[in-house]
Amino acid sequence: MKEFKYVITDKDGIHARPAGMLVKECMKFSSDITIKKGTNSGDAKRIFAVMGLAAKKGEEITITAEGADEEQAIETIKNFLVENL
Amino acid sequence: MTVLKGKGVSGGIALGRLLIYEKREKNIKRYRVENAENEIKRFEDAKKEAIFQLQHLYDKALQEVGETHAMIFDIHQMMLNDLDYCDSIINIIRSQNVNAEYAVAATADNFAMMFSAMDDSYMKERAADVRDISERVLNILSDASENSISGSEPVIVAAEDLTPSQTVQMDKDKVLGFVTMKGSSNSHTAILARTMNIPAVVNAGEFLKPEYDGQFCIIDGFSGNVYIDPDEATIKHFIEKQKEDRFKRELLSELKGKKNITLDGQEINIYANIGNLSDLGSVLQNDAGGVGLFRSEFLYLEKLDFPTEEEQFNVYKTAAETMAGKKLIIRTLDIGADKQAKYFNLPNEENPAMGYRAIRICLQEKEIFKTQLRALYRASAYGQIAIMFPMITSLKEIKEIKKVVKEVKSELLADGIPFDESVELGIMIETPAAVIISDILAKEVDFFSIGTNDLTQYALAVDRQNPKLDWFYDPHHKAIIRMIKMAADNAHQNGIWIGICGELASDLELTETFLSIGIDELSVSPGLILELRKKVREIDVSKIRDDIIRNIEQ
Repeated sequence: MKEFKYVITDKDGIHARPAGMLVKECMKFSSDITIKKGTNSGDAKRIFAVMGLAAKKGEEITITAEGADEEQAIETIKNFLVENL
Repeated sequence: MTVLKGKGVSGGIALGRLLIYEKREKNIKRYRVENAENEIKRFEDAKKEAIFQLQHLYDKALQEVGETHAMIFDIHQMMLNDLDYCDSIINIIRSQNVNAEYAVAATADNFAMMFSAMDDSYMKERAADVRDISERVLNILSDASENSISGSEPVIVAAEDLTPSQTVQMDKDKVLGFVTMKGSSNSHTAILARTMNIPAVVNAGEFLKPEYDGQFCIIDGFSGNVYIDPDEATIKHFIEKQKEDRFKRELLSELKGKKNITLDGQEINIYANIGNLSDLGSVLQNDAGGVGLFRSEFLYLEKLDFPTEEEQFNVYKTAAETMAGKKLIIRTLDIGADKQAKYFNLPNEENPAMGYRAIRICLQEKEIFKTQLRALYRASAYGQIAIMFPMITSLKEIKEIKKVVKEVKSELLADGIPFDESVELGIMIETPAAVIISDILAKEVDFFSIGTNDLTQYALAVDRQNPKLDWFYDPHHKAIIRMIKMAADNAHQNGIWIGICGELASDLELTETFLSIGIDELSVSPGLILELRKKVREIDVSKIRDDIIRNIEQ
């Protein structure tokens, strides 16, 4: 299992569009990927779960991946977050 | 004539017949089914069809409004494919042995509620997305299609609320404008209307009386007014306004998003001068790179007593958020001379232009100054605010200002109130003294902004208010141009930037001169931004610079 933390820097936070893009990124991998904010967590491949976290600027999220391609998954998602959020 | 007041969310004027677009009331009945698997299959098929339709809408939107806004239909597809959403529907069908329609409607309610409960206006609006996708599935299940605009005459569409897909599905050539009873500027209808350049008014309240259907009306997407059955004079007025607006739009579509860059590659920032929050709309509409001068006086002049820190903070915060990261230069209180507020109890002066005004009041009555600075610094956490001080004549004023700024910052720090540590501090260059010592002042501040109106009156010793002196009031006077160049050279030698926010900035006869001098920013009325951009883009500075500089110097 791999995980990392990331603090949102985008001023709008994870709103609909980036949530959609994030879900698409996660779909590329077979690993189970979860996204967590505080005590709430959800499946990062489900758009309602991701949007439901309503992660805003300055808030920390934790991404966890578990499965055969967890390393690549973490790497890709990290890059995606840095670039987009 | 009936006038209704809503919120203008997409600028422009539309005149035409009103079409009341009725949402079909869906009465979803819950009934038991024998074969739950059958219902699940009905849902799966409807979902497939819905996704197919959404793909089609995505393609349509991509053509009409571009990828950024088309993406909503991509997201809608993902929502329909969301496992939580689908699981919930299937689970309701299977566990309760009920029809697919009921399961979809119940799930839609639950998911919409989750968004509605969120403490975030953007997320609240997403409840509409859930309803939109569910509605589509329900329509397919019940074999109904959305009502569309029939008839060949273009109309103004009125509805209680419109979903994104309803908005995009409409034939663009037949829609003159939108009016909705509900909605906000964050709703997709508003966003899509703006990108499609269709005037729109939302939140018009409970106006939608059935008898308005088919009536002639005017919507003003700027003010948010809706005129049902307008009189002749009103129609005439708005036809004129529409013409003006169309001309501006043409210029806009030609120049919007383009850089303020000369033929030989020199760039200049073009910002807007504003005097109230209500001007912000036109700042964005005219594609300003930022606000170069936000006069804070209106906060004081429209009042019977000093504005509180909270009042000021809210105004600055709203402005900073609206500018969304673009620079917002706010000038501190510039009251006195021709701008008076009774409660300041300023004495009548023989020569107010040279009297007790602007920074001179602020440095003597520090509480007024500190209140404003606290509000400004607090708001700096919400955007890119810069602060500018008017009527500077000496170094000691700047030192004194910095002392107060330091106090304000340490108080905020002690109170644990967030602010931007690196707010740019600049001064107006509007007195000859400031120009002459601009090399010294440049070492103390982050930017200069030349106020050409006062600078001209002080340098030429000409009272702006005296009509007899019109002939002598010459802002093109070589003395003024030389002063501008002197301040610019001193700014650049000390590594700071310099702008012009006076009337001269929009004088197209001087654009070449300003570019040759190397002015970094021009701040003008919002309505003049695009003309100035056009002018800048037609200039080749390399061909004229030497002549112009020589002409200034000799």
